[in-house]
Amino acid sequence: MHPLKIIVTVKQVPDTNQVKIDPVTNSLVREGVPSIINPEDRNAIEVALWFKEHVGAETTALCMGPPQAVSALEEALAMGIDKAVLLSDRAFAGSDTLVTAFTLSRAVMKIGTYDLILCGRQAIDGDTAQVGPQLAGFLGLPQITYAEEIQYDGMTLTIRRGLEDSNEWIRVKLPALVTVSAGINRPRHPSLYNIVAACDPERITRLTATDLKVPAAMLGLTASPTKVKKIFEPERHARAEMLEGEPSHMARQLIEKLRALHALDREHNPHEREVSSAFNRL
Amino acid sequence: MATLFLYTARIMDFELTNQHRLARATARDVARTELAPYAQEWDQTMTFPGEALKKLARLGFMGISIPKAYGGCGLDSISYVLIIEELAKVCASTAIIVSVHNSVCAYPIFMLGTEEQKQSYLVPLSRGEKLGAFALTEPNAGSDPASLETVAERHGDHFILNGTKTFITNGSTADIVLVMARTDRTKRSRGITAFIVDKSFGGIIVGSKENKLGIRASDTCELIFKRCTVPAANVLGELGAGLGAALDTLTFGRVGVAAQALGVAECAFEESIRYSTQRKQFGRPIADFQAIQWMLADMATEIEAARSLVYRAAWLKDRGKPFAAEASMAKLYASETAMRCATKAVQIHGGYGCMKDYRVERCFRDAKVIEIYEGTSEIQRLIIARNVTK
Amino acid sequence: MIAIFAEKCIGCRLCERACLFGGIAVSGKTPTLTDQCTGCGACVSICPKGALVADKAQPGQIHHLEAYRGIFVIVEQRSGVLQPVSCELITAARRLADIRGVPLSAVLLGNNISRHALTLVAHGADTVYIADAPFLEHYRTLPYVRILTELIASKTPEIVLLGATTIGRDLAPRLANHFRTGLTADCTDLSIDNDGTLLQTRPAFGGNIMATITTPLHRPQMATVRPGVFTAEPIRTGQGEIVHIPVTECSVDNVVEIVRIEPKQKPAVSLEQAQVIVAGGRGIGEGKYFAMLEELAHLLNGEVGASRGAVDLGWIGHEHQVGQTGKTVRPRIYIACGISGAVQHLAGMQSSDIIIAINNDPHAPIFQSAHIGLLGDVHAIVPEIIRQLRQ
Repeated sequence: MHPLKIIVTVKQVPDTNQVKIDPVTNSLVREGVPSIINPEDRNAIEVALWFKEHVGAETTALCMGPPQAVSALEEALAMGIDKAVLLSDRAFAGSDTLVTAFTLSRAVMKIGTYDLILCGRQAIDGDTAQVGPQLAGFLGLPQITYAEEIQYDGMTLTIRRGLEDSNEWIRVKLPALVTVSAGINRPRHPSLYNIVAACDPERITRLTATDLKVPAAMLGLTASPTKVKKIFEPERHARAEMLEGEPSHMARQLIEKLRALHALDREHNPHEREVSSAFNRL
Repeated sequence: MATLFLYTARIMDFELTNQHRLARATARDVARTELAPYAQEWDQTMTFPGEALKKLARLGFMGISIPKAYGGCGLDSISYVLIIEELAKVCASTAIIVSVHNSVCAYPIFMLGTEEQKQSYLVPLSRGEKLGAFALTEPNAGSDPASLETVAERHGDHFILNGTKTFITNGSTADIVLVMARTDRTKRSRGITAFIVDKSFGGIIVGSKENKLGIRASDTCELIFKRCTVPAANVLGELGAGLGAALDTLTFGRVGVAAQALGVAECAFEESIRYSTQRKQFGRPIADFQAIQWMLADMATEIEAARSLVYRAAWLKDRGKPFAAEASMAKLYASETAMRCATKAVQIHGGYGCMKDYRVERCFRDAKVIEIYEGTSEIQRLIIARNVTK
Repeated sequence: MIAIFAEKCIGCRLCERACLFGGIAVSGKTPTLTDQCTGCGACVSICPKGALVADKAQPGQIHHLEAYRGIFVIVEQRSGVLQPVSCELITAARRLADIRGVPLSAVLLGNNISRHALTLVAHGADTVYIADAPFLEHYRTLPYVRILTELIASKTPEIVLLGATTIGRDLAPRLANHFRTGLTADCTDLSIDNDGTLLQTRPAFGGNIMATITTPLHRPQMATVRPGVFTAEPIRTGQGEIVHIPVTECSVDNVVEIVRIEPKQKPAVSLEQAQVIVAGGRGIGEGKYFAMLEELAHLLNGEVGASRGAVDLGWIGHEHQVGQTGKTVRPRIYIACGISGAVQHLAGMQSSDIIIAINNDPHAPIFQSAHIGLLGDVHAIVPEIIRQLRQ
């Protein structure tokens, strides 16, 4: 049996949990926000490494991003991925999910044969969960999204797909594309043993738009059907009515207010939405 | 914060390489998940972080600068200090355990050991299968190691060791101990030899774990050698050249301890920033008050200076240049910076800073220990003075 | 893209500060775009000297926008049961259709599901397309995509909406791919421009800011909307046309096979149904303090929620997460304890009837979204509320 050929897509994202809002200007504080591998992409890497260690697989990490995204690939290599491909070109800038998936699909074709493509469910900076399915679409592959458990019998994948209220057990023959959720495993740390090799520039193949033989009109912002029309701070209510003083005093005031609004009554009609309007009259 | 400090002039190439950044990110990641949740408890209960160390070992933390051929990671000294710094930010005890193992046990075997010694001892050490320690200090030989009294007498192809070593980091947990013992009573510093002692040789009594002020999760104890038989093949380096080797070894060890101090100082600083921007008195964050701002400014400046010294010492070592004075400067300045930063941090935290629940309380205790071990501030000044007056 | 007229630049660097993505850098008096530029134009509007101009020319799209007419809502059923998000979407789409003066169609695929057509009409659908066949009983990507793309290609709607559920988010990207059109995920607001452009608003940048996204030159315009964002209202008993689409099974449909479906253990947490939610964020300091919030929630007959920060730190399970990447809730009372109020979180709870914020930071953005604010230490206030409620 030949080793499986697995491609894992990896995105470098700002650690959005560390983004703060300036209390004075209400604008985003971006400075010093570190870049990380998108968390669920790490889960996908871990799945690929599971195949490598238990079934035998040749694993490739594929990342599209600015030149600095090379550090995400180095980290993937330090986790144990075999090869890495960085798709980087000014022409790719501003791609929406459709064009990102299209560009990735061209890179996958360039890489050549594969049995399985693994993606994280979604990226924390966009939260769209679209690139995985769209990549499957461009490659004409069946897709299994929201994978929470994967079994493999040498031919077929059996996957537990976590829906809101149920689990679907799904069987699919390779080749296929699978997007994995955070709960599927606990990704390993990169290993210091692998760092020297991971940072060898030779380990990372760099591809540009020219290498993909795709005209610029099909790439980047120009080709992306969606446009960002505006970006704005969300509207906030007028400032809250502030209670201050000793905790016991604040607690008493709060409970009185809620009582006055009958908000603490156990019996109520769930469709009745009068509380807020009553509140507004106060 | 770290990035802030690295915005330094390009012309001197202060830029870290990808390798350095990845090593630091890995250590940070590992420290956050494997050490941070438990560090406070380890400190309070004096628990040796054995399980965490096993995980660290699997990831290469026990052979950071040892070449791949001997089971290590082959990283340079800058990577090494970055890693120790990140560990120390979260758990100074784990940082010193890793630092001692790497820099004063595995590293001298790599530098001075025979091929056979490397295969038998260095490989398992760098793979983390065995833990290392370094035994120089004695009850009557602290800052003056040349006066040590542990003796090694030759009997055919063996040496018999007798004597007492004290304050040995990793003392009870280590499998391999580098022991400095006197092989020639007629000479002072030139009569001392280094031995690679496997605990399984027998004849070693492990004293009880010291109940320390700080760095409490690392085990520090007395090792008593009573007719401990060591094969002559386990002499590390030349007979009688042990003290020189030990002092060279300690030079690299000092850079590791300096990195540890840097981590503690940064932790105290970051906690102070966090606290002083959140804590409100007189209707505003205390960080708005000049009294606090000045403390924060001093901390930031001193940390930046300490960082430059620590990284520079590692950089010199990587380039094969002499770095003894720089290592001492780094250790002296970084450990005193850690102490000053921790003191200010506790002050900024006020009453809370004295509580065990607050991180800065541990920084304060750890920093004091760091000022003392691996050569007190006074010894570092002595070394620096000798270097500048010779 | 952005065109730069460097001779007008005065080096004030306002554009650098306006850009969320680090997409522009000013050196001296020369601005340059970086790889991060998304062309959003934030720099254009802030530049006092007109040195930056949005270049409107965008090659490569569609053709006869007016040929696309009407709105489609792709309805979701599971085991034959209509999912609430579908009726919410039809209600919302009805408003958009009325503004545009175009028909609204609902599309339902499944097995023995024709009876639902009337419900869909009652919520506002003018036409209900039904594909009713045994092989469509459970959602599977490939057959659903095949049938829906054929229908959309023949009916050419200008807008296609889906629920942002695990099914909708699996299906929508494949449909968008087929038509090479834009798709906006997890919208929190939809409105329509004079020229028929769908204005799709969603949190961006990890939920720290809002973005309005359009698909100006491609059709159909596609969006998914999370359950709970809109309210379903049966608005009429009027007439609707019901059209059965003939479907046949095709061999490629069975590349993916559903082995079995098992219900999840009934989640202990049903935040969406809760009337009262007591939620905790990183500001509560440690995971153990969730016990205190549980106690308060129990007293108020409510559930415990959490911000993403608290969930990411492992303090509480993901099933408790409220926000853009968690659940969208609208309880009568939402008590936010130690939650700063990132947009990511607000997206999931801002339509709660009464929002109460407890935080020791007077500048916390949550106070601008709350009705009642308690300024102080959550560890002092919450136990006090618990004590007084007990009395």
